[in-house]
Amino acid sequence: MTIQISFEERMNTVEFRIDKSPHIIVDTSVCATCPSRECIIACPANLFVPTADGGIVFNYELCFECGTCYMVCNNEGALTWNYPLGGHGVVFHRT
Amino acid sequence: MIDATDSFDAIIVGAGPAGSCAALSLAKAGKRVVLIERGPFPGSKNMYGGVVYPRILDSLIDQWWTDMPVQRWVTRRTTMLLTDTQAFSVDFRTAAWGQIPYNGATTYRPDFDSWLANKAEAAGAIVICGTTVTGLIRNSSGAVCGVTTDRGEGDLHAPVVVACDGVNSFLAKQAGLYTHDDASHFTLGAKETLSLPKEVIDERFGVRGLDGVDIEILGGTSGVSGGGFLYTNYDTIGVGVVLKLTQLAAQKQRPEQLIAALKSHPAIAPLVEGATLKEYSAHLIPEAGVAMMPTFVADGLLVAGDAAAMCLAAGIWLEGVNFAMASGMYAAEAIVEALALGDTSAKGLAGYVKRLESTFVLQDHRKLRRAPQLVLSDRVQHMYPHLVASVAERMFQVDNPLPKPGLRKIFAEERKRLGLRRRDLLKDAYDGFRSFG
Repeated sequence: MTIQISFEERMNTVEFRIDKSPHIIVDTSVCATCPSRECIIACPANLFVPTADGGIVFNYELCFECGTCYMVCNNEGALTWNYPLGGHGVVFHRT
Repeated sequence: MIDATDSFDAIIVGAGPAGSCAALSLAKAGKRVVLIERGPFPGSKNMYGGVVYPRILDSLIDQWWTDMPVQRWVTRRTTMLLTDTQAFSVDFRTAAWGQIPYNGATTYRPDFDSWLANKAEAAGAIVICGTTVTGLIRNSSGAVCGVTTDRGEGDLHAPVVVACDGVNSFLAKQAGLYTHDDASHFTLGAKETLSLPKEVIDERFGVRGLDGVDIEILGGTSGVSGGGFLYTNYDTIGVGVVLKLTQLAAQKQRPEQLIAALKSHPAIAPLVEGATLKEYSAHLIPEAGVAMMPTFVADGLLVAGDAAAMCLAAGIWLEGVNFAMASGMYAAEAIVEALALGDTSAKGLAGYVKRLESTFVLQDHRKLRRAPQLVLSDRVQHMYPHLVASVAERMFQVDNPLPKPGLRKIFAEERKRLGLRRRDLLKDAYDGFRSFG
């Protein structure tokens, strides 16, 4: 059998040098009216979390900076997307 | 930190394979070049589906194989079609790919990209890491003449900027070189790097020493169009999925769930059994080839590598780093010409496009321009793996006392069972032949 791990343990294998300010800003008032909300499924880091009242909570900290969210987002203005400050964000490992 | 008042012949944004080859080539030509990387070291933001084909380095780095960071040389490659319970494989191996001049290697991108950037630095390029380029600077006539960065006093000036800033290339978009921004042109690659002892990898994959295996998988991504891959490093394996962005949500399956499903397939599970997760990673892939490529040149600006959508995602050929390295090198050659003529306008830099056109970079892409769409089409994704696997199963199943039914009969029956129209099959066969022939 393959070894099952939690999503938190999965993300613990990745190094992030967290920037003080967010590189992605989500206008969750736009998300509240979004019918598709593809980001919830597509984000490989699972950073878009639906709330009980139909909204979305987003945290930028453990982000791969891949661009999936802004590519799948159909709602103009919901996402403001930049790269983190130089030297910050995801750091894939050398051997 | 360099003095911002320094002037350069060229600024390269992004120290991936495109940027480092551009910087290396320019530095070797005696040009003052600065290479800016937003990660803390080159390659720290980069991941891929496993194999670098480095022969393009022959002209840039003498005997590159002597110190290139290699996990394993790929001497065995398998193309695998999966259904839920079946696997049909074409398996090829050759000793030749384990010897100079080699063919493909698995390597960690943070290792490989750092190595390549070090080569550029050793040749005289100035490499600045931990600095994000925030925009282009234009002169009064609108030509690009520098970049702004997120460092205080961090503006840099040069007659030419090369945008090697990756798949999301904000610089190429800011410059208006992309006329479209279509999610259907992209796939998401999600990968697990899994630890396994070297001896176990050698046994399971039937290789020895530094010989390695690359498996490309069609099917196995449930309802989502895309594919999978599995390749061997020295004492880890990389296993992952490539997923059509526009289908992920509709299928309600998350990337890590699709990796888990692939890993539990009866043909894959024995290969990954007992392996522990060393690192999870994800990245976008510019999948659509020629259909999505931007304008490559503007006044004072060139675009190379993933930023120019030069990834080749054509089913049986999955390449990208080689296209990035070549485009960076050709950008540099064109810049040297343009600087000599004192004309760094789009016209003066046109030698770049000429080089792309006359080499594998655009010739392979043009030849395979129909392939990405064909490979991601519903029939190729969801019907042909079933057709091939079912035909193979019935061909090799011994149903005594019944006699063998014969290939033509099996094929016709399976085609009908799957609801595949002969017309569509012929059309796809024709497209396939035109794409790959």
